Amino acid sequence: MSDAQTSGRQPVLELKGLSKSFGGLHAVRSVDLKIMPGDRKAIIGPNGAGKTTLFNLITGIFPSTSGQVLLFGRDVTTWPSHRRTAMGMARTFQITSLFPRLTVLDNVLLAIKGLRPSKFVMWRFLSSYREVYDKAHGLLEQASFMDRKDTEVRYLSHGEKRQLEIILGLASDPKILLLDEPAAGLSSGESVEMTKFLQRIDPNLAILLIEHDMDVVFDVAQQISVLHFGEVLETGTPKQIHDSKRVQEIYLGTD
Amino acid sequence: MVSQTTKIMIVVAALAALAIIVPNTNSFVILLATRALAFAILVMSLDILLGYTGLASLGQAAYLGVGAYMTAILATKYQFGLGYDFWLVVVFGILGGAALAAVFGLLAIRASGTYFLMITLALGQCVWGLAYRWNSLTGGDNGINLRQRPKFGIDLANEVTFFYLVFAFFAVSLLAMYVLVRSPFGRSLTGIREQELRMKILGYNTWLHKYIAFIIAGGFGGLSGVLWAHTAGIVSPENVVLTTSVDALLMAVLGGAGTLVGGVIGSFIVFGLREYLSTLVPWWQYVLGGVYVLTILYLPSGLMGIPERIRQRRLASSNKAADSKKLAAAS
Repeated sequence: MSDAQTSGRQPVLELKGLSKSFGGLHAVRSVDLKIMPGDRKAIIGPNGAGKTTLFNLITGIFPSTSGQVLLFGRDVTTWPSHRRTAMGMARTFQITSLFPRLTVLDNVLLAIKGLRPSKFVMWRFLSSYREVYDKAHGLLEQASFMDRKDTEVRYLSHGEKRQLEIILGLASDPKILLLDEPAAGLSSGESVEMTKFLQRIDPNLAILLIEHDMDVVFDVAQQISVLHFGEVLETGTPKQIHDSKRVQEIYLGTD
Repeated sequence: MVSQTTKIMIVVAALAALAIIVPNTNSFVILLATRALAFAILVMSLDILLGYTGLASLGQAAYLGVGAYMTAILATKYQFGLGYDFWLVVVFGILGGAALAAVFGLLAIRASGTYFLMITLALGQCVWGLAYRWNSLTGGDNGINLRQRPKFGIDLANEVTFFYLVFAFFAVSLLAMYVLVRSPFGRSLTGIREQELRMKILGYNTWLHKYIAFIIAGGFGGLSGVLWAHTAGIVSPENVVLTTSVDALLMAVLGGAGTLVGGVIGSFIVFGLREYLSTLVPWWQYVLGGVYVLTILYLPSGLMGIPERIRQRRLASSNKAADSKKLAAAS
């Protein structure tokens, strides 16, 4: 891939009329979205608005009913997840999806190996790959996880697991990171920690965020889209969304 | 926690003891140990799927069957594989097992959990059906008798020599599989066991990884079959019937899935119990069944999980002691 493609004015991720129906239920309806390099965008919306379904369409977990997903201008709509990841996309999960019976270090090692051809090597110990270990240590040091690197993930606290979710997302050096409710289930103190953690992420990395915790959204995102019954209802800056009558109606149901 | 080096030393010491003690016992024990070792290769190959990848296969006997029937048919119909060409038969057996797994894998790997189990069971029974019905090739219900073992410089008719040969194959298989499960590929299998969706998102083509693991397990199954044919001296549909697959699965669980050596321990215990119990009581199968039930109920991590259990119990009781001391000091 040439530099012009990745760093130019081309969107990292573009959705064109993306839709998904489960039988008669239209979970996502004709969503258009453009994310440029370094963008910080958020999608908010009440429960059941179709946010996670939208993520599953973008990452290829579900096939879409109609519409297109473009990564760096390439149509990846029918691609399986692992090929999209290889293009530079990464995501985290709302429901923590780590490897519970592996150590923190092993979790990160798996994440780093994901995009390397050596993941198929079966005649050499994984522990002999110095460079992979160095990178894993680097990632863990940045997130101040080094002291817990040999702890099995199932013994971590919920807040720690949420952070590790993001570390795994970052391990493949993505160009765009999709965060599915990073602050889900966190206490308000932990939420503040999470916000700081998100603000420390490399500013060149584009982030698309789903979040319920408005404090996190307003501190991290430059632009917010509101999803309601699968449709994008409004898009604007945090301030515009904050003041919008319609958004308040959706959330508070003033009808 | 026992360090990895200590664990390896224990395994090496146990194997060395086995290699020294067994040949000095009687021929009954030697044959029993040889059988257990040959079958243990199959159990370990199944453990790659069950313990490391999280795929419970109920058709693993099919791969043993391919290797065993191939060996028996070549030896009796073509007098092939009874000299130095035995090594070719070994290669054919491995390739045969792997090839069958490559075909079956296409059908089975699409499913997971119980569905995977059912598909592998059905495919395994297809192989059994072939072995049972294809009289002209497999000898049907009677099976095929191998009248002699290979002879090349060394005479494998000698049971001690043969024991050492099987032992060597076993040791090499164990080493190869140990390297495999600790390699990047092997770790990816563990990742799939733990959280497959995450692995996809991390960029792994999880289907391909599972498929390759399935083929490798089939290859080791084929090897196990070649050795089994010469160990038992007879190959019959009994070797590929569902019960044999279940045996392999239960041995892996009894010893401890996801440990490789656990399957070996399981293999020795089951072969030993079966031989000794069957001479003592006619209802020996119930004893074996009881052992399995108790293992699954009270030792889900198998016999290999016992040290960890003891460690945790000690930890818990020492914590309790510390707590009661604190309480006593406070009051």
